[in-house]
Order: sequence, then C-alpha cells, then structure tokens
Amino acid sequence: MIASDARQEEIELARRLMAGEPGAFDRFVERFGAKVFQYSLLVCGQREDAEEVAQDTLFKVFEKLDQLREPERIRPWVFRIARNACLMKRRKSVFAPAQELSLDELMPQPAGDGGARRIEIADWSALPEDRALKAELERVVREAIRELPEIYQSVLLLRDIEGLSTAEAAEVLEVSEEVVKTRLHRARLAVRRKLDWYLKSARGGGPA
Amino acid sequence: MTERDSHNHVGDCRRIFALLSEYLDAELPAETCEQIAAHLKDCPPCVEFLESLRKTVELCRELEGEQRPGPLGEAARRRLQELYRKALAARRPTAEPSPGTGR
Repeated sequence: MIASDARQEEIELARRLMAGEPGAFDRFVERFGAKVFQYSLLVCGQREDAEEVAQDTLFKVFEKLDQLREPERIRPWVFRIARNACLMKRRKSVFAPAQELSLDELMPQPAGDGGARRIEIADWSALPEDRALKAELERVVREAIRELPEIYQSVLLLRDIEGLSTAEAAEVLEVSEEVVKTRLHRARLAVRRKLDWYLKSARGGGPA
Repeated sequence: MTERDSHNHVGDCRRIFALLSEYLDAELPAETCEQIAAHLKDCPPCVEFLESLRKTVELCRELEGEQRPGPLGEAARRRLQELYRKALAARRPTAEPSPGTGR
C-alpha cells in the first residue's frame, strides 16, 4: 500500500471512530496499537516497554478523543501522545542527556591521499538489489535509530518512519519547521554514517 | 582545475552537504535546487554521497515491523471501550451514545 492510500484509510477510520460507527473501535485499536508499538520499539528497544507505551498511548487517545476535531489530524495527534508516553518511559529508566550532533563530524572525510575530489565512502551499489544485505542493513538502521539522541530520533521517526510532513512534525515536537529540517538532516547523516561503517567493515575495512 | 577553483568547489561541497536532505525532500527553492543540480553535474563525490543518503532514507521508509505486539488484555480493552463511550457521549451531549465498539 502506498503511503498516501494508508493515510487516507487512517483519516476515514478516524472519521468513523469519531462518528461511533460499528467496527471502527476494533479496527482503530488494532491499527494504531500496532503502529505505536513499532514506533516505541524503535525508541525503547524492549518489547515489554513498547507494549506498555502502546497501551498507555491508546488510553490517552480515547481519554482525549472528544477533543479531536479534524480526522485529518489523526496521525500527528496520536504520535504526539505516543512520543510523550515514550519520554515518560525513558524518564523512568535511563535518562539520556540532550546531545548535539555536529554537521562537521558527519561530513565524509577526504580519501586517504588527501585529494579534495575523493571521499572515504563504502560501496553502496549492491543496494537495494541484494536482499540479504538489505535485511542486515535494516538491523543496522534500527540499531542506529535507537542510538540517536532523542531530539534527532523523534524527528527521524516522525518524518521518515511515520511519514508526517515537516509542518506536522514541527507541531508534534513544538519546534519550528527549520529546526525539524536541521535535525532530520543530522539524524539521517548519523544513520548513514553507521550504515557506511557497516558496509566498509562487511567488506574488510573498519570505521573511517 | 586550479587550486583556487578547487578551493571554491570544496566550499560548494560543504554548503551543499548541509542542504542534501532538503534537496531529497524537494523542500528547497527552485533556484537553490538548480544550483545544487549544477554542482552535482561536476562533482562525483557529492553524487556518490547523495546516493548513499537517498538509500539511507529509503531503508528507513521501508523498515518493516520487526515484531508484532501481543493482543490487548481483556481488562485494558474494557477500559478503552469505557473511555470510548465517554468520549462519544461528550462529543454528542444531547444524543444517545452509540458505542459501536464491535465486541
């Protein structure tokens, strides 16, 4: 299913839920319970924590459902609640201090000969055709996302995993659109760097 | 390419590096996009780097759920249904609530 179809289905589901139509409750709980579970699993890494966050999020969603006016806003609305539930869960376990990712550190290094026209980069050409490699890289991506500082992790999850627009992510995170763009770029660069290291090491080299 | 050209080119690489996600997301003004496209025509390292970033974003977007959540417990489901009934009643204070909870 392409992203826009999924989005339309969710909006229709939210409209039916808000109208109290039969079947909408079960469908909503199943669909958004699973989505929030996947989101929080990427944040927490632990199945039990992710299930707890998903359940807490659903409780909050139904507690506040009468406040939702526009079904079109269902996805950002649910993920705002999910993100807060994840933050609460984190506070209960490991408190991670805010950490900045520097753009300079994420820039590729010039190749070993010092030439400005070449950079140290792994061979990415096997993607996406090599299915075994792709599966392995998905594991590396999950690991990289879990290791991101929260301010970058939440932006990447909302934009690239959940498909929110820049404006929607900005609203969920209560920051400007410019901040979303800056953080998203750094988050992607950090994940890219981890993949690059993996691809190099898988071919016999170490981290650059 | 002279040393000065090379220096300017590297400066462009640095400037463009900061904009690559917005370029991929088509969130830049047309003029900036054209400048980046012109730079990429003459800069294989930036093309290679952009391609690796594009594949990173694709991997993120295509990430499948690694596990499925377990079924919701009966007590949690009953609580959700109760909250849903209350929300519907609050939404339509004068109408008879129609839960439609399916189970």
